[in-house]
Amino acid sequence: MTALLNMDELLDQLEAGVRKHLQDRQIERPALIGIRTGGVWIADVLQKRLGLDEPYGELDISFYRDDFSRLGLNPRVKPSHLPFETEDRDVILVDDVIMSGRTIRAAMNEIFDYGRPASIILATLIDLGNRELPIHPDVVAQTLTLKESQRVKLRGPDPLRIEMRET
Amino acid sequence: MIPNDPFPSLQLTAAGQLKHFLTLDGLDRALLTDILDTADSFIEVGERRIKKVPLLRGRTVVNLFFESSTRTRSTFELAAKRLSADVLNLDISTSATSKGESLSDTLLNLEAMASDMFVVRHSQSGAPHFIAESVTPGVAIINAGDGRHAHPTQAMLDMLTIRQHKGGFEGLKVAIVGDILHSRVARSQIRALNTLGAEEVRVIAPGTLLPTDVEALGCRVEYDMAAGMKDLDVVIMLRLQKERMEGALLPSEREFYRLYGLSQDKLALANPECIVMHPGPINRGVEIESAVADGPQSVILNQVTNGIAVRMAVMSMAMSGQVAERGQNQAAGEQA
Repeated sequence: MTALLNMDELLDQLEAGVRKHLQDRQIERPALIGIRTGGVWIADVLQKRLGLDEPYGELDISFYRDDFSRLGLNPRVKPSHLPFETEDRDVILVDDVIMSGRTIRAAMNEIFDYGRPASIILATLIDLGNRELPIHPDVVAQTLTLKESQRVKLRGPDPLRIEMRET
Repeated sequence: MIPNDPFPSLQLTAAGQLKHFLTLDGLDRALLTDILDTADSFIEVGERRIKKVPLLRGRTVVNLFFESSTRTRSTFELAAKRLSADVLNLDISTSATSKGESLSDTLLNLEAMASDMFVVRHSQSGAPHFIAESVTPGVAIINAGDGRHAHPTQAMLDMLTIRQHKGGFEGLKVAIVGDILHSRVARSQIRALNTLGAEEVRVIAPGTLLPTDVEALGCRVEYDMAAGMKDLDVVIMLRLQKERMEGALLPSEREFYRLYGLSQDKLALANPECIVMHPGPINRGVEIESAVADGPQSVILNQVTNGIAVRMAVMSMAMSGQVAERGQNQAAGEQA
């Protein structure tokens, strides 16, 4: 396994990647949306670093998960909150960790129920590979390959830190 | 009167999750709070452009109404549709039971159509319990009002409305006014308010419209409305159920309104921030003055909106409990 970058370095990488994407696509007023819980913490940091005036949105994808038939409803579901219209907006969707891609599929389905965005950029702090769906982040701060026994989790919000553990 | 249900555990899984929703008896504060919290999330869904989530996609919900109801049936229907379920509305008075088919046979036929949930309203107390006991495992039963027994989704939408306006239940003084005798709503409300920790629950009614031993439900009786309105934070008016009145329970509607109708004058005796609730449909000028029903303290239309969210919460939680009970959660894969 490659050594994990420290949090400041990870956030620097993420910010630089997002800035480059916005520049390449000539997006001046992106709408920032974090996926609860870790993605919201990252969105909070990104909003400040990118100097966005508009508050970020918070998405709880519990109602959109594809495993209700196996797991049932997340008992800790909280309301999603998007303080802006998504119609025709360029959205930056933020999550802490991407693996199967199922969370992102659920999040995109949910975003479309608020309106049809002009585009969505996906930014994740860590990419663990093992994708099960054809979904690929536009910006990744670090790619990690874990052993089967290893788990990674973002703790926060203050301070933000990555927790690695063996199962 | 059924102060305590004989089968409180019928509606919970071994792990304490909801799998049917029959009564508030036996449900603790944590579970009622879970229902309210989940409903809060569904309220947000109702404010979106597309007011629909895919939770119950591909599942079939049957509204089984043995007793007619426009509002309750339509909010259950809308709730199920907003959860992406397919909905079948069965008006039993115009269907097979009038041709002599037994309830059990009707149910067997509906189960054969691969139904996943029955929303049951029945004039007999205990009918949803009976159905829950005999139904195929995996099918959830939701009580939409049974006889004089319970109307738990109505009580929970009232609790949601109270929490929205008052922030919580601690220290609250709540009165339920009017026809307590015929009201399954009142029974469920008293239960919910006590479980959620309201400071005081009063019932205000003439003796003829009170069930015997009503205090055993956990409330204080007040016959005089002026005295009962003092210090109130919430006043819940009940509909005078004229269709259920047998014999001389009331001298006259006019007399009832004079003594127990909520006029602006009587409302002025409560706390200035007291909210006014009514499960509907309202009889203007019988239990409530129009100026009060439409006034700034009235939250009656909020109750209707909240009804959809609460029913979405209860339906998805019960379905979720059925899923858990089938043990399909062992192959739990973490979604990331």
